[in-house]
Amino acid sequence: MKGQVHTGRPSKLLRNLSSKIASIPMVLTAVVIFLGGTVWTVVYSFTNSKLLPRANFVGLDQYERLWDAPRWIMSIQNLAIYGVLTLIFSLVMGFLLAALMDQKIRFENTFRTIFLYPFALSFIVTGLVWQWILNPEFGVQSVVRSLGWETFAFDPLYNSDIVIYGVLIAGLWQGTGLVMCLLLAGLRGIDEDIWKASRVDGIPMWKTYLFIIIPMMRPVFITTLVIIASGIVKVYDLVVAQTSGGPGISSEVPAKYVYDYMFQAQNLGQGFAASTMMLVTVAIIIVPWAYLEFGGRKRV
Amino acid sequence: MSDRVVLKVGPALAAATKAGIEPYGAKPRRVLSGRNIMLYGTLTLAALYYLLPLYVMVVTSMKGMPEIRLGNIFSPPLEVTFEPWAKAWASACTGLNCDGLSRGFWNSVRITIPSTLISILVASVNGYALANWKFKGADVFFTILIVGAFIPYQVMIYPIVIVLREMGIYGTLTGLVIVHTIFGMPILTLLFRNYFSSLPEELFKAARIDGAGFWQIYFRIMLPMSLPIFVVAMILQITGIWNDFLFGVVFTRPEYYPMTVQLNNIVNSVQGVKEYNVNMAATLLTGAVPLIVYFVSGRLFVRGIAAGAVKG
Amino acid sequence: MQKSVSIKDLSLSFGAVNVLENLNLDIGDGEFLVLLGSSGCGKSTLLNCIAGLLEPTGGQIFIKNKNVTWEEPKDRGIGMVFQSYALYPQMTVEKNLSFGLQVAKMPRPEIEKRIARAAEILQIGPLLKRKPSELSGGQRQRVAIGRALVRDVDVFLFDEPLSNLDAKLRSELRVEIKRLHQSLKNTMIYVTHDQIEALTLADRIAIMKSGVIQQLADPNTIYNEPRNMFVAGFIGSPSMNFLRGEIAERGGKPVFLVNGVDFSLDGYKAAERLQPGRKVVLGVRPEHVKVNEEAAGAETHQATVDIEEPMGADNLLWLKHAGHTMSVRVGGARRFAPGTAVTLSFDMGLASLFDAGTEERI
Repeated sequence: MKGQVHTGRPSKLLRNLSSKIASIPMVLTAVVIFLGGTVWTVVYSFTNSKLLPRANFVGLDQYERLWDAPRWIMSIQNLAIYGVLTLIFSLVMGFLLAALMDQKIRFENTFRTIFLYPFALSFIVTGLVWQWILNPEFGVQSVVRSLGWETFAFDPLYNSDIVIYGVLIAGLWQGTGLVMCLLLAGLRGIDEDIWKASRVDGIPMWKTYLFIIIPMMRPVFITTLVIIASGIVKVYDLVVAQTSGGPGISSEVPAKYVYDYMFQAQNLGQGFAASTMMLVTVAIIIVPWAYLEFGGRKRV
Repeated sequence: MSDRVVLKVGPALAAATKAGIEPYGAKPRRVLSGRNIMLYGTLTLAALYYLLPLYVMVVTSMKGMPEIRLGNIFSPPLEVTFEPWAKAWASACTGLNCDGLSRGFWNSVRITIPSTLISILVASVNGYALANWKFKGADVFFTILIVGAFIPYQVMIYPIVIVLREMGIYGTLTGLVIVHTIFGMPILTLLFRNYFSSLPEELFKAARIDGAGFWQIYFRIMLPMSLPIFVVAMILQITGIWNDFLFGVVFTRPEYYPMTVQLNNIVNSVQGVKEYNVNMAATLLTGAVPLIVYFVSGRLFVRGIAAGAVKG
Repeated sequence: MQKSVSIKDLSLSFGAVNVLENLNLDIGDGEFLVLLGSSGCGKSTLLNCIAGLLEPTGGQIFIKNKNVTWEEPKDRGIGMVFQSYALYPQMTVEKNLSFGLQVAKMPRPEIEKRIARAAEILQIGPLLKRKPSELSGGQRQRVAIGRALVRDVDVFLFDEPLSNLDAKLRSELRVEIKRLHQSLKNTMIYVTHDQIEALTLADRIAIMKSGVIQQLADPNTIYNEPRNMFVAGFIGSPSMNFLRGEIAERGGKPVFLVNGVDFSLDGYKAAERLQPGRKVVLGVRPEHVKVNEEAAGAETHQATVDIEEPMGADNLLWLKHAGHTMSVRVGGARRFAPGTAVTLSFDMGLASLFDAGTEERI
């Protein structure tokens, strides 16, 4: 029977051909843009490219200049303050809202729609609205003063010491709804029987949340954390719209630094070095998480 | 659920029990319990905080400038005017030209529609290939793609500029559509891969026994079964692409600037007197499209977000 | 016997895990073969290999004497019925049946003829215009069988087709599948984990464990002469009683000795091959033990009733005997209170002896 005619096994390359052809866009994107582009940027961050990329390597010059630049230091500080506070507030507020929403309330859909709608908006829109609300001449400050509290001062967008908190308020307004939604989905994923058991055992609700539910939701919290964190590093539009980095340089962020050096100051090398630092920042967040999430799984 | 308000309070109930009335049937429930006041009070306060900016936008956009200078931003307009809206749409100035947001709106339409369609088509086929026709090495590319979703855009922007320039489409709408397709790919591919993987594998096997090939199974079996997930992807993409600012400003020339870029240029332009009412009207106009998509789609939007959340 | 499907040295591994190893199996023309085993034994994997849905790492598959190892599923002359029915949800029953034929570009009149025939055989004519979601589980599975039927193929593959149905429907459709086989006389390969389905449907059963066929035989042989302890324990409910002991000699005859109690081996076919001192396991099915008045005449043993499980038609007794717990099936009308002393006798002609080391039948 061995010699009988049958269609031969096609060559390795041609097997599953349609699937391979269909995947060309994905392969190109992954290899050329994501992998190739990243490597290219990192490599060219060691050059002194100005208006056009040139392979003229100058070692760590760009990085030295970067860490000497007050504007970059300010950007990093702002990112750290904005990042830490965003994480804390959006997780705490998001969880509180989610826990309230999980009490089998009426109008749940209405509340959710209200909490989440800012997330559907552009950061530009968010930035401009809060620029208006925080306007010291017409906004919150003037309204409070007109109510009789003459010395009330809240002008974050004009005060370089607190301007980043003004951005934070807008960022939280836009993003907390998402956190609430993710955590609510996590709460709904908890087995009903856990609640029944804790009720039968007579454990107060806040204790159940603190000692049973939250630990059970660890994976949801970690995923949410990673999503918020990777969003924080990318923050750009919000600052551009709300403050344009001002007053002065007091609300600059790394993403804006990169853009300005690449496309306006025509100092590509600086832009590449700064974007490489952003990549490092993300890696610091992602790698431990990926290790815990995927590396640790094998041991279990 | 019964709307009957039973206002029996604790002591009365205790007395009743003492008097020999046994607890029977539904336990009396008070609508105005402390718990409910706390619960709904907090939620309502939070809701007001979230609604405030929308309210401020609307009332500001309907006031005249004199009224804005006098009054506070929270007061409703004494005299409703739609002039700021008309001006924002047709004659607000961005630097040189003064033809309002309408140009940006149509640019955004011309960017969003092809970007949404193409990115979804490409990603759904990718996801289908990954779920049902996995070839050797496919997972490696997919992993790179997903990891790439976490890389800041700033790292990849300049190489893309070079590639588009080499192809001769830097600054054109085509180039921007490609960019949106690229950066939409990780999340959409994941969305579709997970969805197609969740469909029963036996269905795919049955179609293969029936002799259907890659594209026949995709178009005749998978696609008709997956309309909801396509709607989710469309919501995700329409809002995402409409709201984009960075790619619009990097990859297009001023005449093709999307609405968000134009809005920012109008509001933050340093020339002339600040017309806050026009600015707010322009802001509302820009936010209108994603807001309409959001309010119309409701639960599907939430589903898209949840799908986005599983990334990683 | 003319061979219909023939499998030679088939191997399949996922990475380092060998799911199938050098498996050989010949299936005759028109035979109903059941692949039986618990989940993860490789039975579904084998079926998927035959269907061409999984690629083997080694070996060959022949269908109708044609080497189909590298053929596409559609070119193998097979039809397949799945556990979850796998009906295309957006198509009507008629479209479900015709999809494969349309893909093969068959002329319209021929398609209609085949659908009409399948609809008649399976009595699904009134359902043709409905969508799968409007059908009951039994109707869906009938349509799924119809989809295999219209392909007019030599070999039918069934992958646990009844497992998603409730007990009543399952027994109804089981009869229907048997009737279908009797009228069509196709080769059918049927995967299941349900021993009742296997025993009732099969011409031959292949019992599998960890990718290896343990025994391939007709249902009667499998039931009465299991080749090893795995097969013996797998078939039959409740399981065969296993008594661990050794062979001793009493008056020149071998006997089975357990905890100081002798069992005469008169009637056991291989009695002369039993050397004294050999460690063996005696397997007795619950229905092959006689109790009290039925136990008269032969060698008898004393036991105590521990638990009684009435099941309607039968009554299952759990007894303490010679340091073992053993189950015995008696008629439903015979009731025993716990603690009752009973007399037992064993039918050695129907018992099995296994080597305690290899667990193979002696």
